[in-house]
Amino acid sequence: MEKKTVKPYMNPYLAGVLLGLVVLAANVISGRGLGASGAVKSAIVASVETIAPAHAEAKTFYNSYGEAHGSNPLNSWLVYQMLGVVVGGFLSGIISHRLTWKVEHNPKITSRRRLIFALAGGILFGLGSQFGRGCTSGSALSGMAVLSLGGFISMAAIFGTAFMLAYFFRKLWI
Amino acid sequence: MGPLVVYEVITENTNLFLAFFIGIGFGFVLEQAGFSSSRKLAGMFYGYDTVVLKVFFTGAITAMLGLLFFSLFGWVDLSLIYVNETFVHSAILGGVVMGAGFIMGGFCPGTSFCGAAIGKIDAWVFIIGLFIGVFIFGEGYSLWEDVYKAGFLGSPRISEYFGISEGLTVLLVIIAAAFMFWGGEWAEKKFPREDY
Repeated sequence: MEKKTVKPYMNPYLAGVLLGLVVLAANVISGRGLGASGAVKSAIVASVETIAPAHAEAKTFYNSYGEAHGSNPLNSWLVYQMLGVVVGGFLSGIISHRLTWKVEHNPKITSRRRLIFALAGGILFGLGSQFGRGCTSGSALSGMAVLSLGGFISMAAIFGTAFMLAYFFRKLWI
Repeated sequence: MGPLVVYEVITENTNLFLAFFIGIGFGFVLEQAGFSSSRKLAGMFYGYDTVVLKVFFTGAITAMLGLLFFSLFGWVDLSLIYVNETFVHSAILGGVVMGAGFIMGGFCPGTSFCGAAIGKIDAWVFIIGLFIGVFIFGEGYSLWEDVYKAGFLGSPRISEYFGISEGLTVLLVIIAAAFMFWGGEWAEKKFPREDY
């Protein structure tokens, strides 16, 4: 089998314009921005409602979500959008020959260490996205697109904190 | 006239169907930009690769300008578009926790799904973390409900908050971004990394 060479990434400014057009399309078509963490929330609410309905009924976080979003949490805009993200990322991976199973990490650290920090980072991001009422996509990017004050605060807090902590986690990356 | 779903140009089901295609565009662009790679994303915070800065701010500016012009042409009614609510305390707290997650995990939620789509195992593990994190928030909700709901300002636009026009706000963001792009290009030369 011939070895396909991995294609280079797109020019970042061009990619940015295209990303902006996707955000614009979401607003013009659906009157809302993009998101990611909201779909995770839908999946968690749906899971808890299925596995432990009495528990979901008793807890404000789950039952208030049901009241606001109807009977099936998975039948939501963000869930369909996130399914699309996975398909879109996969298609891009195919055409650029980047489909490969791997743990990407700095050669100076082990895969195990990378995965431990990936898990810890995911937990924090999941938790933080609930306080922030959205993540980098929903709160920062899409919020800024509609000039939301909260969007600018989220952006500054996310990137500002990551910059301030970068020194302490430098061995993970450089 | 948009938003199409609000004006009932399209039905609610069509809206959900189109969400899938909007997602495809989102995922495709993220992957093409290199956002499926945690080392590329983290490069932002060490200066060796500032693609996050460039894509994020070019994207935000394009969307801002697009919405302003579409509004000017009467193609979209901005008053009907969702503006994120502002809860100052939890926005800052959440942002700080997310920032820590970003530098440790190397992904944000959207990019982790994108990385997972092309087989990055670290992205899959990050996603497992996301689920755990959201679940912890849900289980402990009564403990932090007060913080979560404090500092509510409604849904102000930053332009309204500072009493300047939307056009001027966008212009200021563009000027700020131009300086940041210049800084990013400078940093990539100053802190180069061999291919990773």
